[in-house]
Amino acid sequence: MHGTERFTAAVHQWLLGMFSPGAAHIAEMVLTGLAYLAFFAVAGLALVYLERRIAAFFQVRLGPNRVGPFGLLQTVADALKLVAKEPIGTKKADHFLYSLAPYFLIISSLMAISVIPMGAGFSAFDIDVGVFFLIAVSSVGVLGILIAGWGSYNKYSLIGALRSGAQMISYELSVGLSLLTMILLVGSLRFSDVVQAQSDYWLIFKGHIPAFIAFVIFIISGTAESNRTPFDLVEAESELGAGFHSEYSGIQFAFFFLSEFINMFIISAVAATVFLGGWMPFHIGDLEGFNHIMDYIPGPVWFFIKTGFIIFLMMWFRWTFPRLRIDQLMKLEWKYLLPLNLLNILLMAFFVWKGWYL
Amino acid sequence: MGYFSDIIHGFKTLLTGMKVTGKYFFNARKEIITQQYPDNRDTLTFPERFRGRVDMPHNENNEHRCTGCQACEIACPNGSIEIIWDRVLNPETGKKKKAIEKHIYHLSMCTMCNLCIVACPTDAIVMTHEFELAAYDRSDLTFVLNKPGSKLMAGVEE
Repeated sequence: MHGTERFTAAVHQWLLGMFSPGAAHIAEMVLTGLAYLAFFAVAGLALVYLERRIAAFFQVRLGPNRVGPFGLLQTVADALKLVAKEPIGTKKADHFLYSLAPYFLIISSLMAISVIPMGAGFSAFDIDVGVFFLIAVSSVGVLGILIAGWGSYNKYSLIGALRSGAQMISYELSVGLSLLTMILLVGSLRFSDVVQAQSDYWLIFKGHIPAFIAFVIFIISGTAESNRTPFDLVEAESELGAGFHSEYSGIQFAFFFLSEFINMFIISAVAATVFLGGWMPFHIGDLEGFNHIMDYIPGPVWFFIKTGFIIFLMMWFRWTFPRLRIDQLMKLEWKYLLPLNLLNILLMAFFVWKGWYL
Repeated sequence: MGYFSDIIHGFKTLLTGMKVTGKYFFNARKEIITQQYPDNRDTLTFPERFRGRVDMPHNENNEHRCTGCQACEIACPNGSIEIIWDRVLNPETGKKKKAIEKHIYHLSMCTMCNLCIVACPTDAIVMTHEFELAAYDRSDLTFVLNKPGSKLMAGVEE
């Protein structure tokens, strides 16, 4: 039994001791929801800080270092400022859609994050079709962007939103197909099974060539999914002002901003879970001694190290590559990533059929 | 197969780019170029080509190198340099010669573009490292660069 499992069991017992079973169940749900909301805020702020700091190092600057030790409280101060600011809308905006849009993004991110196991038995709900659910829910987010662009009554917002729609429709395919490649190897869409299948080797080593290709495709299309440079046509500062969130200010802007970073976290967490073993420590086959040493590092630590690595990779992309044009974006997906992905699935299916994996 | 070689070439170029930025990131600790300005005011270091306000260096005999040719005045796009000159009788040769009376520099109009320094044929003016130039009165932003009683350094005109 893992530490995280013991922790959840202990909380469960404690609540059962205090309330009736029904009330304990509700209390558990409320606690989980609050924990996720808190995690959402903290992770979002931490990622903004990290992004700014890492960007600074890439440009041989120092970055935020004034508020708190090493500038750690800078993003907290920024968030407080945004909360205190007056929301200034536009007169002709469709007010219902305009104020609805941020919640679409936030809720879709929250739902997506809830299926990712951060430790053994440490996800809000572990359903049979976890991977499918995640892909489905994360594409609801684009609806928020489209609504925001439409509701703002601003041409730049609308252009940004439509670009986002085109981008999401294309790259969703690659994300799904590259995950499907790995699902062929695991044989289950449940996230806990995906992680459990990596207890001897991580999937990227297990499936060697096709798994590596799928990983690269997933990272590329995942970067596009989370609308980050070089695929940030949605907000392209130099062309569209701030794209779909040009007209938003105050707390609503903060929602968009946070959900963008949370989306990055989700994509990285999925990449870490499906390709790099999630919370599973680094194991090599049945080398008992080595595996045992690795087990001393708890699961969540492994999970966050791997996720952090992918996040760093995505930040590295951001400060290296120039933005793609919309036609280049479409070309990359439909002429390169998609055919390669389909070929890769065939290759993986062949490998699985022949048993050529570790 | 152009298709696959394109892909491989694409990845190679991407990795080259990442190598360049990665080098900067992993060496960032050693070569950070921003300075914590108000904190390190005493130990501030300047890059070689830093452009502060224009000044005219004088040597210990209160001599400068400005011949009053007005090249800087013509070169200045904003008209921030104004030279008042006169023909002064040279006692040795008995000839009248052009010499500056006042080299007036209006900092309020200067954009630190360096064009006057480039234009100067005798290297009489330089960009200093002085950059804390705020003043309470606009008249404080007008400087006379040549010191009172200064004269042309011997041998500059040859």
